[in-house]
Amino acid sequence: MHNTEQPRRSARIELPKSPTGIQGLDEITLGGLPEGRTTLVVGRAGSGKTLLGIEFLVHGALDFGEPGVFISFEETPGDLVSNVASLGYDLNDLQERNLLAIDHVEVSRSDIIETGEFDLEGLFIRLGYAIDSIGAKRIVLDTIESLFSGIANTGILRAELRRLFFWLKDRGVTAVVTGESGEATMTRHGLEEYISDCVILLDHRVDDQISTRRLRVVKYRGSVHGTNEYPFLIDEGGFSVLPITSTGLTHAVSSERVSSGVERLDAMLDGEGFYRGSTIMVAGTPGTGKTSFGASFVHAACLRGEKCLYFSFEESPDQIVRNMQSIGIDLASHIESGLLKIHSSRPTMYGLEMHLVMLIKQIRERQPRVVVIDPLTDLIAIGSTKDVKVMLTRLIDYLKTNRITALFTHLVHTRENLAPSDLAVSSLIDTLIYLQDIESAGERNRGLYVLKSRGMEHSNQIREYRITASGIELIDVYVGPAGMFTGTARLVQEAKERAEAEAMDEAIASRQRELERERSIMKARIAVLQNEFASREEELQRMIEAESHRQRMIDADTRAIERLRKADAADNDKQVQVRDAGVER
Amino acid sequence: MTDTQKTAGEENGEEWILRLYVAGQTPKSLAAFANLKRICEEHLAGRYKIEVIDLLEHPQLARGDQIFAVPTLVRKLPPPLRKIIGDLSNTEKVLVGLDVQPRK
Repeated sequence: MHNTEQPRRSARIELPKSPTGIQGLDEITLGGLPEGRTTLVVGRAGSGKTLLGIEFLVHGALDFGEPGVFISFEETPGDLVSNVASLGYDLNDLQERNLLAIDHVEVSRSDIIETGEFDLEGLFIRLGYAIDSIGAKRIVLDTIESLFSGIANTGILRAELRRLFFWLKDRGVTAVVTGESGEATMTRHGLEEYISDCVILLDHRVDDQISTRRLRVVKYRGSVHGTNEYPFLIDEGGFSVLPITSTGLTHAVSSERVSSGVERLDAMLDGEGFYRGSTIMVAGTPGTGKTSFGASFVHAACLRGEKCLYFSFEESPDQIVRNMQSIGIDLASHIESGLLKIHSSRPTMYGLEMHLVMLIKQIRERQPRVVVIDPLTDLIAIGSTKDVKVMLTRLIDYLKTNRITALFTHLVHTRENLAPSDLAVSSLIDTLIYLQDIESAGERNRGLYVLKSRGMEHSNQIREYRITASGIELIDVYVGPAGMFTGTARLVQEAKERAEAEAMDEAIASRQRELERERSIMKARIAVLQNEFASREEELQRMIEAESHRQRMIDADTRAIERLRKADAADNDKQVQVRDAGVER
Repeated sequence: MTDTQKTAGEENGEEWILRLYVAGQTPKSLAAFANLKRICEEHLAGRYKIEVIDLLEHPQLARGDQIFAVPTLVRKLPPPLRKIIGDLSNTEKVLVGLDVQPRK
């Protein structure tokens, strides 16, 4: 090794793996099944062993360019083809294109007699022939244990099986061997003794009438692998495993904000709404309009041109569309434009885990930016608190990793306290909006507050909201010295205040008017006084004039007397002077 | 059983077609062939035909008769089809398997 710096590490060679193409399984096994080796898939009847094998081959042929051979010991090729046709796999087409070879090995003890030594070379030849005919890289033997029912001499059979697995390894094909679960041993006939590279266990349990399929990688020699039991789903899209573990808390976060679809709610959240990729819960008592909040959020996202996925566990898509139409939210147009998909299913349809597998599968296929689950409560109801927390953690981690903004609605029954399961869930939530009934004065109103919202300064106020024909409308509640009022009581209180204010205005106005009147009275008095004064002045003037007139009359009389008396000139001049002075005055 | 009471096949002049599948000239296949030849000569003289198919040369033929073990003897005729696997070392079992009444 030329690199002497790290001889130990570079000597470690990653085990080559053959991807199965099955959703989730490759993630659990960190790449697929061990290439060129044999993997044992164990499960009871109906656990999905055959399907896993078929998918391994189909994906190998179509996605990874590796043709495969299916050796069926149970089903006839015709049955196989029709069984998987419902999953969208056309095995006939694959066979025609030389990507798949199916061989049916019929083993029935009734028409077989054994005598003396024999071996299974015939089977080897058939496998070899099938492999060579299409250059197969993969092979599935389903289920080889059938040989035990056809061959009495188990000594020979076991020796031959051992030889078979060595032979498969020699051929370098990646093999999947299925086996029925046994009572004491893992498989009925102890196949696990021969196959030690990789063992996958499929389980199908029914608890409380709800079935859950689970997959576990029991061992994987030479590779690390997920060791948990992972739920998986078989539906019209085939086999998918939910691989999400709760280990990942490493998702990148976004500081981008998205609107809640309710303008004044955004205002309560730092003025900008939720963080993109955050997990929001709208919790509330019955009839508080949780679905309306969910629909508003989806509506806003669709208007932004983002793909949305709405999971409803209570209402059918049509019902949601109709109901939201009544509050002015037109979801139908978003469904038509392809932005919105509403997926309705009954919560009792599967167990919690299967629901989550279904959710994640849908999310994966659709790649939405916004997901609404309405309500989460129904999922919580079908599992124990611990399960719910584990599974929701997986779901939320998945959503966060994919930067999907998720809004869950949640029904709470008690007004004051959240139930323990609610609390378990709420710790996973970034923004928790609480909707509440406020009952007072004989009516019920709706109040909203932001219980928490991580990473932003959010309002601590309770807002009243109304669901109107044009959507959700937030109103300030009346908070005053007399307490908090909502609804009609708020209106009454507001009216009362308005009346009080009006009365006060009225009082001021009347005082003003009074003052005005006093002013005019005062003015009138002033006018009277002025008149009196003026008339007195006039009187005085008249007196003065009368006096001067009398004086002139007196003077005239005096001169007349003087003329009569024939007084001297000197006296005459004096008289004139006196008269002039009187005129001047 | 007397000489006149021969097997049903013999009386009807029925032909036996036996096919022996082997995989190469292994001791087992050689033994099987030798055993078969002997049994047929003893019990079906003149009325049988043995076809030996070496699957190493004709692997595609294994599928038709549903062969997975070798050696396998298949009674093609008379019907119904019967199969005997092994080196045919137990004559009695072979006779039962082929439904041949042993000649005394």
